Amino acid sequence: MSTPSFDQELDVRGLNCPMPLVKARQTILKMQPGQVLKVLATDRGSVKDFQGWARTAKNVQLVAQEEVQENGNTIFVHYVKRTS
Amino acid sequence: MAVTVQAFPQPAEADVATLQARVEQLEAQLAELAERVPEDRVTIVVFSGELDRLLAAFIIATGALALGQEVSMFFTFWGLNAIRKKRSFEGKSLMEKMLDVMTASPVAPAGMGLSRMNFFGIGAAMMKQMMRQKNVETLDDLITLAEEMGATIYSCAMSQHVMGISQEELRDSAEEAGVAGFLADALKSRVTLFI
Repeated sequence: MSTPSFDQELDVRGLNCPMPLVKARQTILKMQPGQVLKVLATDRGSVKDFQGWARTAKNVQLVAQEEVQENGNTIFVHYVKRTS
Repeated sequence: MAVTVQAFPQPAEADVATLQARVEQLEAQLAELAERVPEDRVTIVVFSGELDRLLAAFIIATGALALGQEVSMFFTFWGLNAIRKKRSFEGKSLMEKMLDVMTASPVAPAGMGLSRMNFFGIGAAMMKQMMRQKNVETLDDLITLAEEMGATIYSCAMSQHVMGISQEELRDSAEEAGVAGFLADALKSRVTLFI
């Protein structure tokens, strides 16, 4: 799978529930509709959290999610698009 | 030779009137139903005053706000201590003062305890240390965050009256409300929790 393109990146590595989601929402609300936010998280729960966010909120869409290994740590990467 | 002309059937005026009446009736019913559809709202009754339960309440609240939901939090009884900004003994009866001294709150010297394994505050202190090590938000931060994200904070007027807690002792965002105020929000919510 090719890496989706994105407009802004947010690093929430080390933060725990609910902060990855809270920060992602705060960031995406400052972006334009159609833009994609890339989020780097270490919180395992963020995978389901971002799926739930996309299902619940009317203005976001989950473009892709992936796991990346970095120095023995798993990084959960989420690509979220602001739709309106 | 006689020609029979068949008239094109025209709807009787009476039929049109009946249809119009039915449409109006359906529109009225729809409007009534629309009013009964829940809002994108989560309502939480915060009854407990312990650190662990309050953390749960505020993590759910901030999580719901992040999902784009409206959040109403109704603080009653021990939960009122969570939204204390100061302690004032002014104009309080002896028993009200005693209650103030003995209950845990963010403004009390001992802070908030745990609902289990508190061991006179040692458990809570250990839990806070573990949370700090793992970079979990503190309760104070989560309360401020919920406020900033637009949670509506209600304080239960009746509990305040019984416990002698004035509005000046609570955070500025708190509005006094009664059970009907809470129910008005709860009835329009998709999720209502009692913590």
